[in-house]
Amino acid sequence: MGAQLRVYRSKIKSAQTTKKITRAMELISASRIQKAQQRVAESTPYSRAITRAVSAVATHSNVEHPLTVEREKLDTAAVVIFTSDRGLAGAFSSSVLKEAESLAALLRSQGKSVVYFLVGRKANAYFSFRKRDSEKVWTGGTDQPVFETAKEIADAVVTAYNLDDAEGGVDEIHLVYNRFVSMVSQVPEIVRLLPLEVVEGEATESTEVYPLYEFEPDAETVLDALLPIYVESRIWNAMLQSAAAEHAARQKAMKSASDNADNLIRDYTRLANNARQSEITQQISEIVGGADALAPAKK
Amino acid sequence: MASPLNVSVVSANQQIWAGEASMVVAKTVEGEIGILAGHEPMLAILAAGEVRVNTTSGERLVARADDGFLSVENDTVTIVARDAELVS
Repeated sequence: MGAQLRVYRSKIKSAQTTKKITRAMELISASRIQKAQQRVAESTPYSRAITRAVSAVATHSNVEHPLTVEREKLDTAAVVIFTSDRGLAGAFSSSVLKEAESLAALLRSQGKSVVYFLVGRKANAYFSFRKRDSEKVWTGGTDQPVFETAKEIADAVVTAYNLDDAEGGVDEIHLVYNRFVSMVSQVPEIVRLLPLEVVEGEATESTEVYPLYEFEPDAETVLDALLPIYVESRIWNAMLQSAAAEHAARQKAMKSASDNADNLIRDYTRLANNARQSEITQQISEIVGGADALAPAKK
Repeated sequence: MASPLNVSVVSANQQIWAGEASMVVAKTVEGEIGILAGHEPMLAILAAGEVRVNTTSGERLVARADDGFLSVENDTVTIVARDAELVS
């Protein structure tokens, strides 16, 4: 076998092996995406109920809660970045990191300093490679998030929010995550979590008379109890969205990798056939040439 | 009788139960409260304990809802808790 032919054969082999891996990952993601989407759908009633309750308190009472009031001096902003643990998901992690960088640049231009909370090994790797500090890191289980992690993250950010500036507290909290739009589209999204912007309820201006709400024990206590839950549910929702988006992104990336491997295999097979053919041609002409050379000597 | 209450019990992971009921009895931090149709809008924090729902078909449902809250608005009752579950 000629040298050229051997090179082509080994390239075909390696493309085939790669294709096996990418195909398997594609199938795994495809099967998990359904589950992840279902979890997003299942958590929706919870977050909707909490959002409605929070906006009810916010619109029907005049309680000024520290979590809803915008502070006069905004010095520090916290950015929570949701990435994945593993790569091979196309631009999934890098697009969210890029979005976070531009948000950080914007915040810095407003004179705020930025601290980071990171979720996922990819964000951690990005920061440690650049030797940048982060406040806290959570890794593991980004593709199948558990509620405990959401609770931990919520506790950490709310604690940081409630601290004084001198103790390293923050005045704003932003979430940056990939929102699952569809199987083919995941959009990085920025949400300002705190101070709270209650969107719902403000749209219906005072044309109708609000029903009088009764709070038990009182509006302040209710808000006290509700807001941490609200923060938690928003973070939980972001984690679930991010997980679904991760699977979708990985499936897409692995599909195109498998397709590319197919193309490579086809191209190299053609080249290999070509090389084999020309080898045979060369051998024939060598034999013919050799026979011709010997023919006159016989006479 | 007045129109039935629309009740849903929701936990962080999923909606546990939804349906029509004639009465909901819950234990808030201030004591037990019974809700019938036509109740005024309310938001209450639940104490550890059970929530009882009498459905329109005459069944009795018991749900556990720790650290949760209860909201009533236009005959719609929502019981929300991080980990809620049906006991029976």
